[in-house]
Parts: sequence; C-alpha cells; structure tokens
Amino acid sequence: MNLSDDDYTLFGLPQQQALDAAELDARRRDLQAQVHPDRFASEGAAAQRVAMQWAVRINEAWQRLKDPLSRAAYLCELRGVPIDAERNTAMPAAFLMQQMEWREELDAAADLAAVEALDHAVAQHQKALLQTVAQLLDQQGDVAAAAQQVRALMFVARFRKDIQRRLDALDANSN
Amino acid sequence: MALLQISEPGQQPDPHQRRVAVGIDLGTTNSLVAAVRHGVAECLPDGEGRVLLPSAVRYLEGGRRQIGHAARESQSEDGANTLVSMKRFMGRRLADIAGAEQLPYRFVDQPGMVAVATRDGDKTPVEVSAEILAALRQRAEDTFDTDEIYGAVITVPAYFDDAQRQATKDAAQLAGLNVLRLISEPTAAAVAYGLDNGSEGLYAVYDLGGGTFDISLLRLTRGVFEVVATGGDAALGGDDFDHAIAELMLRQHDRLPPLAAHSANDKALLLREARAIKHELTQADVVNVHFSLQDHGPASVRVTRAEFEAATAPLVQRTLAAVRKVLRDAQVTRDEVQGVVMVGGSTRMPVVRTAVGELFGRPVLTNVNPDEVVALGAAIQANALAGNAKDGELLLLDVIALSLGLETMGGLVERVIERNTTIPVAKAQEFTTFKDGQTAMAIHVLQGERDLVSECRSLARFELRGIPPMVAGAARIRVTFQVDADGLLSVSAREQTSGVEAAVTVKPSYGLADDQIAKMLQDGYAHAEQDMQARSLREAQVEAERMVLATRAALAADGALLDDAERAAIEALISSTQATAAGSDAAAIDDAVKALATGTEAFAAARMNQGIRQALAGRRIEDV
Repeated sequence: MNLSDDDYTLFGLPQQQALDAAELDARRRDLQAQVHPDRFASEGAAAQRVAMQWAVRINEAWQRLKDPLSRAAYLCELRGVPIDAERNTAMPAAFLMQQMEWREELDAAADLAAVEALDHAVAQHQKALLQTVAQLLDQQGDVAAAAQQVRALMFVARFRKDIQRRLDALDANSN
Repeated sequence: MALLQISEPGQQPDPHQRRVAVGIDLGTTNSLVAAVRHGVAECLPDGEGRVLLPSAVRYLEGGRRQIGHAARESQSEDGANTLVSMKRFMGRRLADIAGAEQLPYRFVDQPGMVAVATRDGDKTPVEVSAEILAALRQRAEDTFDTDEIYGAVITVPAYFDDAQRQATKDAAQLAGLNVLRLISEPTAAAVAYGLDNGSEGLYAVYDLGGGTFDISLLRLTRGVFEVVATGGDAALGGDDFDHAIAELMLRQHDRLPPLAAHSANDKALLLREARAIKHELTQADVVNVHFSLQDHGPASVRVTRAEFEAATAPLVQRTLAAVRKVLRDAQVTRDEVQGVVMVGGSTRMPVVRTAVGELFGRPVLTNVNPDEVVALGAAIQANALAGNAKDGELLLLDVIALSLGLETMGGLVERVIERNTTIPVAKAQEFTTFKDGQTAMAIHVLQGERDLVSECRSLARFELRGIPPMVAGAARIRVTFQVDADGLLSVSAREQTSGVEAAVTVKPSYGLADDQIAKMLQDGYAHAEQDMQARSLREAQVEAERMVLATRAALAADGALLDDAERAAIEALISSTQATAAGSDAAAIDDAVKALATGTEAFAAARMNQGIRQALAGRRIEDV
C-alpha cells in the first residue's frame, strides 16, 4: 500500500463508475481509524507526520470517489482520456440552448419556491446524465464519449452552485 | 515541580499509569473543565462545588486580578476593568466588532487584534482567556493533586476561523497547557450525547452559546463521529438577546437614551438586568424589575414574554436560516435527521426550542445539560488522545467550516479548499504570473465564502521572491494549502520550473508571534514562579520521555517488521535519547528527540502500511 496508489486500490474497490456509497463510507471509516493523527497523538513526531500524510491522502481519495462527477472525471483520466475542461469547451448546440434557458429561468425566479423548483428540475437532468456516464464507462467502455458527458456535467454542477448561492441569498434576506 | 521518572533502559514504567488529560469548554459566558474519572466523564467543581466558572476577569490595582464569580459580581461597580465575553473578540480587530459602543470598554485598536484598556494596562482577549484557562488548569491540578496535567482538548465554535482558532491555542499556551487538540463545540457535544445514548445515524447539533452560534450535522456510526456539514455565525449568541432586552427596557422610558449612550457601569448594570429578565422569562410570562442607574436614577420596567419574543425574533430567524443552509449544503432533507441535540445555555429559551422543533418537524432533544455537554465531550476525546481509552473506541472526523482561498487579479478570491471539506486536508493549485519578467508574487490567503477579497477575512500575506524572469503566464507557481486536525492552516508556494520556495504557517495576521508569546511568558504572566529555562528543560524531558515510551510500545507491538540491524539502530537511538534526557541540556535533548524521530520514520511508515492492509483485509473477510 502506497500513498501514490490510485484511489480505487487504496479503498480496495473495483475500478468502475458504479459504486456503493455506504461501502465507500465504511471503508473510509476503517482506514481513517488506522491512520488518523488522533490515533498517534501520544506518539512522536515521526508517527504524527506519517499519519497526517495518510489521513490527508485517504480524505482526498474519499472526496474524489464520493462525488459521482469527480469520480467519473478521475476514471476517464485513469483510462487515458483526461478531461482537460479548459481546452475542450466545445459543447453541442442543444446543450448550450438548455443552459441558456436555465440561466434565464434562474434570473426570472422571484422567490424561494421558484428557485427550488428549478433546482429540482436541474437535479433530475443531472441524474440522467450521470446514469449515461456510468453506462458509457462500465458497460460500453466508451471513455471518450464519457469524458464529453463529464464536461457537460461540469457546466451543470457549476450552474447548481449558482442556484445554491441564490437560495442562500434569498433565504438570508427573507428575514 | 515533581521530578520526572525515567525507568531503567529496557524496562517500561507501569503501562497502566494514567495520564491526566482534561477537556475545556472556553465559553463566552462560562467556562468549564472536565475529565474522565473511573471511566466516566465529569465536570470538575471548584472548592465550593460550582462547575461553571464565569468567563470574567477583573483587573485590580497592583497587577492583582479576580477571576470568575468574584469578577462577575463586580461588573456594575467596575465595568471598565471587568472583562467579560472576551471570546467574541478573539482574533478580531476593532473594525470587526459590531456594536462596540454599546459595551462598557475602552477598546484599543491595534494591528492584528483589539485590546481593552484597563487600569492594569491594555489586555488582549488572548491574555484574558489565558487567565480563565489558567484558573481551570489550577482547578484540575487541585482535583487530581498533581502538577503534571498531560494535556487538554479545548473546544472552539465550529464556525471559528483560522485567526480565532490560533488565538485560542495561543491563550492555552500562555496558560501553560499542552493542547492535544482543538475540537468543535458541536462535535464535542455529539460525542458526549452519542456515547451516552448509544445513538447511530444522522444528528443535528444546534449550539447557541453566549456569543456564538453553530449548527452541525453529524453521522454517528460505531464510535465514529463524522461531521457532514457545519455552519453558523461566530458573532451571534445570548449576548445579543441581552442587548435586545436592554434596548427594550430603555424604550419604555422616554427620558432614557439607548444603550450606547450610557456610562460603562450603567451599561454593565443594564446588561445584567437584561440577562436576569431573559432567565426569568424561561419560566414566567411577565417580569417586573426595578433598577437604579448612576446617571439617570431609578426606573422600573415590565417585560412580557411576547414582547421579548418579538424583540428577539430576528435573532432566532438568523439561526434558522443557517440551519436551512447547512441542510442544503449537506444535501439532506429535514426528515433524514434523526434527532436535534440542543447545546449552549441560550437553548434554554423556550422560543428557541419551539422554533427549532418546528423547523425540523420534531421535538428537540433536551436530555443533556446544555452547559456541560461540550466540556464532557472534550474530556472524552482528551482521554482518548492521551492513550487512556481502549483502541478503536472513538474517532472524530471533522470539517472546516469556512472556505480557504487566495487573492487573484482584480481583488477576486480563488477558493482552494471548499467549506465542509474533511480535515486533515492538503490541496494544491497552480497560478501564474501577470506581467512579463515578474520575479515576485504576493500571496494573500483569505477565508470566507464571498467572491471579493474585501468581503473575506484576510489570514496572511507572504511573498514568493526569486522567480526567474519569464513571459507573463509562463511561470508555474504551485500553492499548497494544508489544514491540520486542529483546523489550522499552513500555506507554501513553489515555483515549479526553478524550485524557488516560500512557506508560512498562517499565524501572523492577528499579531501574536511566537517570540511575543515567549516574552509574555518571560514577563511572568501566568507563570510568575517559573523560570523559563527550567520550563524549557522540563518540556524537552517530557517530550523525550514520551518519544521513548511511544517507540518502545511500537517495538513491542510491531518489532517483527524490522530486521536485526534496523532494530539495533532504533535501540541505540532510544538509549542515547534517555542518556541525554537525564542531563540538563534542553537543546541537546531536543536534538536527540529529533534524531529519534527521523530514525523511526521508516518504521512508522511500515506500521501504518500494515494497519491499512489489516483494515482492508478485515473488510474483505466481513464481506464474505
């Protein structure tokens, strides 16, 4: 076991997009129970340093595997197709139209309920896209097509963040 | 000072000898110290049986001071020299303090952190907190009849930023306490509540204290306490309710001006009356009080619970907005939350309990003592960190409450670590130069959720110099953020092509550098009787002893991982550390300890590796 092992190896999980979230969390707990700096609080600096490195590494892997989008991006990269979102900005016209419609809808939404309804619709869309990605990666083995969907999903994730901010602002001002 | 015991080489002292480790809740209004005794966590009382120590320090003539109850009693006679609620100003500048004019203090604006002018000179919140911590340390030493407290776990609001956490740690250091860990108050409360009730699943901890508000969502699974998301307001608490009541009282008489216009002693008196009204209204529906102001003579007021609730509704609503935000952050619905644990004295207010219960659609859990539960949880964690608890019993996985980032062009913040990321964490991001031939880069570290630098808290600034001249955009500067298990940040920057490096432990922003602390200690603060040299020698010897014991324990457990030569090398390092520690040269002991640490690093890595393999193997066997 090495700090440089890939996330899946570290967690002893099969290298695929489909993943049992409860199993991932359970393994993370077992691993942290072994390496967390608190376990070595009464030991010396050497053990503390090693523990810190391992705890950081396990948290990093867990964060990446936990989120289906970052997991898919990581898996594409492991399979030789880096996402490289900054250089691959071309998106299908239909997708861009959809994005614009959503943005307009967010601008027009006047109250919490309207923004929440939009968030729900976008979340459904996101879920469907993620299912497509899982199929492309796990069943069809079409990594390039999966990477393209991951790039689209990054737009969706960013948009959902904007929705969250809007919700936070509306909620805070409603008092 | 007790003499340190060093056993014969090759012999371990009694392994069952317990270390005294305490948990401290350093509160805005009251502070407590707790410890695990006979397997049970309990708050330690003072000589008169009281567990709460009012977080109040009165500075008297001639450098004398009163701490706790006596100080609080004297507030309305000597408001300007009796410092209370100083936790609200930890790591803060004057500009950060809302409503400073309503308080009975003469604030001194200074770079880094505000101070209060007293008859004994300017006092920073760190120094005041250190007085309170020293009083609690003394209480623990008296209780256990020892002058060797192994260490303390100190709680901080989950929503405390880096400057506030660092200030708390500095206060502990000034008070002569070895900080085993800073942990979040709601997390500590969850530990005490969860272990006590054998709870499993998703719980919310609503913690409204005297000056701070936290809301945390935790998942409890077989002794693991995992914070899912946290939020709150580091400047919202019971004190704000007191202020609202005081204004309400003053509005009843046209001749009385608002709170800010009163003298220091009258402000202190009004706030004290307001607090008493708040306490009475938890039972009564109406309260009548008579009081006498120095400047405006006697007055009486009548406050009903309905008036009180109307006046404080905006405060309650602010906490509820934070609760909803945390639920959104964690992407959980209120139905998934199995229980809501109420912590902090301010949750005794019926209006708070009702409002939170309505939001979650279930009655809140009030079967804990809201004042004591945080200290109890800290004591349980301290006991585990000191190595007194059985292995594998307890593990806290906490998060950072506020995002961390860097200033980029145009006064914008680029976030490097998002809020609610599990700690410890390290993250690197690459930046580049803006101008051709740029040879230096200013690194400005910020904490907060806003996009503009001006709206986030500035934590530190440092410079990376000596970048070789290149065209704009060609340099690759990798900035690494590391947040340790205490939630404290360190930042380093490295130019990738040339290897130029700069690093900073985020600390200097509020002004107390290590040498300043050393000076305060030297000035006799909290350690009048102790000589600095003796202190550093003792610290070095304790560290040496700790390292030798830990290494021996590791050899006993996992010595099989080493070959004969490796084992002999480590044994030699142990012997030389012990020999040096028997002497009186602190620097030489430090060096020996460092050599032992370096010499055992490979062994530590091998042990860790073995642990991970076993964890994964254990899983697989369970799966079958």
